[in-house]
Amino acid sequence: MQTGLARGAPASRAWDDSTRMKILIIEDDVDTRRFLAKGLREAGHVVDEAGDGEDGLHQAMEGSHDVAVIDRMLPQRDGLSIVRELRGSGRATPVLILSALGDVDDRVEGLHAGGDDYLVKPFAFAELSARLDALTRRHDAEAPATVLHVDSLEMDLLKRTVHRSGRLIRLQPREFKLLEFLMRHAGQVVTRTMLLEGVWDYHFDPQTNVIDVHISRLRAKVDKDFEVPLIHTVRGAGYRLSTDS
Amino acid sequence: MWRSVTFRLALIYVLVFGASVTLLLGFIYWSTAGYMEQQTEATIEAEIRGLAERYRLTSLDGLVRSIDDRIERNPFSSTIYLLTNSRYARVAGNLDRWPTAPADADGWLEFTLEQVGGSGERHQARARSFVLAGDFHLLVGRDMFELRATQALIARTLAWGVAITAMLAFAGAVMMSRSTAKRLETINATSRRIMRGDLSQRIPTRGTHDEFDQLAANLNGMLDQIQQLMDGVRHVSDNIAHDLKTPLTRLRNRLEQLAHDRHADREEAELALADADAMLATFNALLRIARIEAGARREAFTTVPLRSVVEDAAELYEALAEERGQSLHVSIEAEPSIQGDRDLLFQAVANLLDNAIKYTPPGGRLDIALTRAQSGAAIRVADCGPGIPDKEHARVLERFVRLEDSRSTPGNGLGLSLVAAVAKLHNAEVRFEEASPGLVVSLVFSDAA
Repeated sequence: MQTGLARGAPASRAWDDSTRMKILIIEDDVDTRRFLAKGLREAGHVVDEAGDGEDGLHQAMEGSHDVAVIDRMLPQRDGLSIVRELRGSGRATPVLILSALGDVDDRVEGLHAGGDDYLVKPFAFAELSARLDALTRRHDAEAPATVLHVDSLEMDLLKRTVHRSGRLIRLQPREFKLLEFLMRHAGQVVTRTMLLEGVWDYHFDPQTNVIDVHISRLRAKVDKDFEVPLIHTVRGAGYRLSTDS
Repeated sequence: MWRSVTFRLALIYVLVFGASVTLLLGFIYWSTAGYMEQQTEATIEAEIRGLAERYRLTSLDGLVRSIDDRIERNPFSSTIYLLTNSRYARVAGNLDRWPTAPADADGWLEFTLEQVGGSGERHQARARSFVLAGDFHLLVGRDMFELRATQALIARTLAWGVAITAMLAFAGAVMMSRSTAKRLETINATSRRIMRGDLSQRIPTRGTHDEFDQLAANLNGMLDQIQQLMDGVRHVSDNIAHDLKTPLTRLRNRLEQLAHDRHADREEAELALADADAMLATFNALLRIARIEAGARREAFTTVPLRSVVEDAAELYEALAEERGQSLHVSIEAEPSIQGDRDLLFQAVANLLDNAIKYTPPGGRLDIALTRAQSGAAIRVADCGPGIPDKEHARVLERFVRLEDSRSTPGNGLGLSLVAAVAKLHNAEVRFEEASPGLVVSLVFSDAA
């Protein structure tokens, strides 16, 4: 499946499920670590594991990984200090911080230390997987775009218009932002939490599936009258914008 | 005993008081005994001048007659007279010879007297010498014995005064420190009993409203608070245990079915997963509420314009309302800002809107309004659902409370608890009013900009 990311981006990358990432997991709880490693390996990635802070730091510095998953609470050296060391030595490896702490302050602290994303335990594996994808994607696409393309869908960010197969689709501002987010993460699973943070800029737990309703409204405008549906629901995880389901 | 604060305070008090008393009595001594000495010298001085005048007026014979006269008139007085010629040979007076002691610059000298015909005891005397015209030497003085004895008596008495005062002060201080120590001990004893496990104990007060009583009252207040919190915790734990047993049992049943089922049923596994997720969500919500109640997030407060919170929440939930055929109306009558946590406020309003949508029948009307209220602001969410009976108003804000009529609708009973916790953190109130039909929930903030 091809998804053009942006005009002018360096060599449009073929993003398919077998694109391997080299992932480092630093987590002291054996069960969690094994569970994550197994899931990620089954998805086709190469996974390195570390069970304590010192070993984790060592591997992170040596390894040249595509992304690292680091737990905050580790024996011998805590997760945030590993991130700080990494950043201090000039490594830009994207880091997803895992934590049992959940306040906004902790999140801010984690991101401040140099982390790129923050996930609170317990979490669904799909959430982790989606966010890891998003992190590596963000790492690659450097060029700012003025137009986003996904298949027959085209979004002009300057004019704030959306066309599909040449037809104009009228969207309300929030719907536009929602579609933009999906398009920027085209081909990746986007969880409801990610949408709440990215599109609504709030960090909270909705009691009902209020996001689902917004998605279905968007679907009605973007997919209904067209042959190929672009917005897909991924069971147990979230949504994905792509040509295949 | 030395470590006791009360004892040390008492000791300091005794020392300070003792020093003050010593100073005072020293002053008294100086005023009395010292004065007496001064007076004696003044008298001698006056007398000698008087005699010198006599000599000038009546010459030697007159002087001698005066001296003899004075001696005769007061044979037992302690005044000493001596008149000698230039060679210090006695001419008149009651002293046998001129004393050998040297005189100081002013003519004063001190010497020892021996009583004639007396017990042979020696007395100190102080006298003034004067040179008269014709090289006659005149000496007038006093036997200081009596005076010195009196001075010693005064000194002794005052010293005893100091000693007695010190002892009394010490005794008084010990008594006072004991009484203070006793009151402190009551507090300590009660505390020890509480620490051993009896939280119902309270520190006794004396009704005097003094500092100790105030301390006791405050400590009792703290204990009341602690007891209340502990009861609350116990209550919540009971609730949690009770309310989570059902989904946990259901989960167990599903898993058991999966374990026994020959054909692995993906559907069943996913339902089990959903149950587990639901319970995790409940726990997470509980943790959130607990942390909000602990108040730690106040440090991260920023200025939050309530209009954006209300509008964003309305916009998010408007889609859901529309899907159920409901109409959501937003009314912004003011634009206040408060110090608070944006995410928490959003969560609270979202929960209220969620409830409103859930309990309003399809096709119904929902309203959310932002208004000014006295010195603060209010966010009102109105629905046309079944409402909440008056007597349940307080209860619905507690954890896990679900009213009978709504047991079948989805929800874990924590939505309003979270709203209540957020409200408390922001010094706001949650109020319920009947909208007939329906309910109006208000978040009333007491101070807004």
